[in-house]
Amino acid sequence: MVQDLGYLKESPSQTAGPYVHIGCTPNFAGITGVYDTDLGSTMVNDKTLGERITMRGCVIDGAGVPLKDALVEIWQADAAGLYNSPSELRGTADPNFTGWGRCPTSADDGMFTFETIKPGRAPYKDGRKMAPHITVWIVARGINIGLHTRMYFADEAEANAEDPLLARIEHRHRVATLVAPREGSVYTFDIHLQGEKETVFLDI
Amino acid sequence: MSDLSNKKPETGAFFQRDRAWHAPALTPGYKTSVLRSPQKALLSLDGTMSEITGPVFGHSLLGELDNDLIHNFAKPGESAIGERIIVHGRVLDERGKPVPGALLEFWQANAGGRYRHKKESYLAAVDPNFGGCGRTITADDGSYRFRTIRPGAYPWPNGVNDWRPAHIHFSIFGHGFAQRLITQMYFEGDPMIWKCPIVTTIPDKSAIEQLIAPLDWANTIPMDARAYKFDIVLRGRRSTLFENRMEGN
Repeated sequence: MVQDLGYLKESPSQTAGPYVHIGCTPNFAGITGVYDTDLGSTMVNDKTLGERITMRGCVIDGAGVPLKDALVEIWQADAAGLYNSPSELRGTADPNFTGWGRCPTSADDGMFTFETIKPGRAPYKDGRKMAPHITVWIVARGINIGLHTRMYFADEAEANAEDPLLARIEHRHRVATLVAPREGSVYTFDIHLQGEKETVFLDI
Repeated sequence: MSDLSNKKPETGAFFQRDRAWHAPALTPGYKTSVLRSPQKALLSLDGTMSEITGPVFGHSLLGELDNDLIHNFAKPGESAIGERIIVHGRVLDERGKPVPGALLEFWQANAGGRYRHKKESYLAAVDPNFGGCGRTITADDGSYRFRTIRPGAYPWPNGVNDWRPAHIHFSIFGHGFAQRLITQMYFEGDPMIWKCPIVTTIPDKSAIEQLIAPLDWANTIPMDARAYKFDIVLRGRRSTLFENRMEGN
């Protein structure tokens, strides 16, 4: 016999269900008076450094229909590439930028929208710089475990070409599923859950 | 955003997620998963700065009644109808270490199984004194607690006669975005657990049992509320040999 390593098992995930808004964005669900505002609804203020951008898109199912009950969260570095997290040891992130946002998809058109800034570049483990990106996490009814992906920026072609994650995508035409086109200050990032245009999802 | 203590933060990458322990994406018995499950393989990547960091929320975020669902939506002097319970436990990581400063959000139906949500059409009545949302942040030892009423079971349009067992939804933030987790807590002894197509998306019976909270008689408050204990385990971090010592141990 050998010793037991003694590790615990992670609590298994379950779907967030159709009423995730009650717990995560109660004001959006019409439950007012409990929390002042829905958490994650504002990421920037007047003093936030960096280029203001809008990130928007839909989460689309295998029949091509946008989900109207999904919840999208994003996590990103500040304009200097620093994360507003205790585990960030390279410096102090912009105190006027949370780095984290949360938005339910609209019950009308299924659209999510984040008012944020364009992130700077953070290093990969080996010191190479990753291209600017925003980490995206999606939960909804019918999704048993939250889906991780990343949005990259179409106007960062040079950085994208040397990004270690994008370089690992074997089927090169799928790289485009992570790169959001720009129009003015708006980046549109549609997430396809399955099928021909399926977004690359990550196990990280 | 953070008012954590001055303890040295951990920066290791997380253990790989055991995706055989979790439900697969495609579980046809839970019908909505059929069109909402990716068909291509996930791209694996060891955690980078983007995943080993994550938002941390300070206790200043919380209002006085945020962890009291019996009262946080009730009119002054009134309270929600139902079986009064306390749900408590600890948030640990896979190494058994407490996770302090973890934000927990929870939501649930009322005692009759009715959610306060505009898309909900179940004929059971809404409780005018029950909203159904709450949140709290774990203490230094990873512990948390809240008061609520025990939710009822409710029917849902999946099979012709499918009912969800009584459950409370949990959303948990650890210290890294890769620990992000949403799950559901069930109640010891509920025969509906084993009939539920959402519960049984999880292939391993012992994994399901990890989501069932036992009745905690020792912490039941006489003449007030029964207690249920629900511990939550988030992904652990790898130690890295740092200046000749194991960081994170």
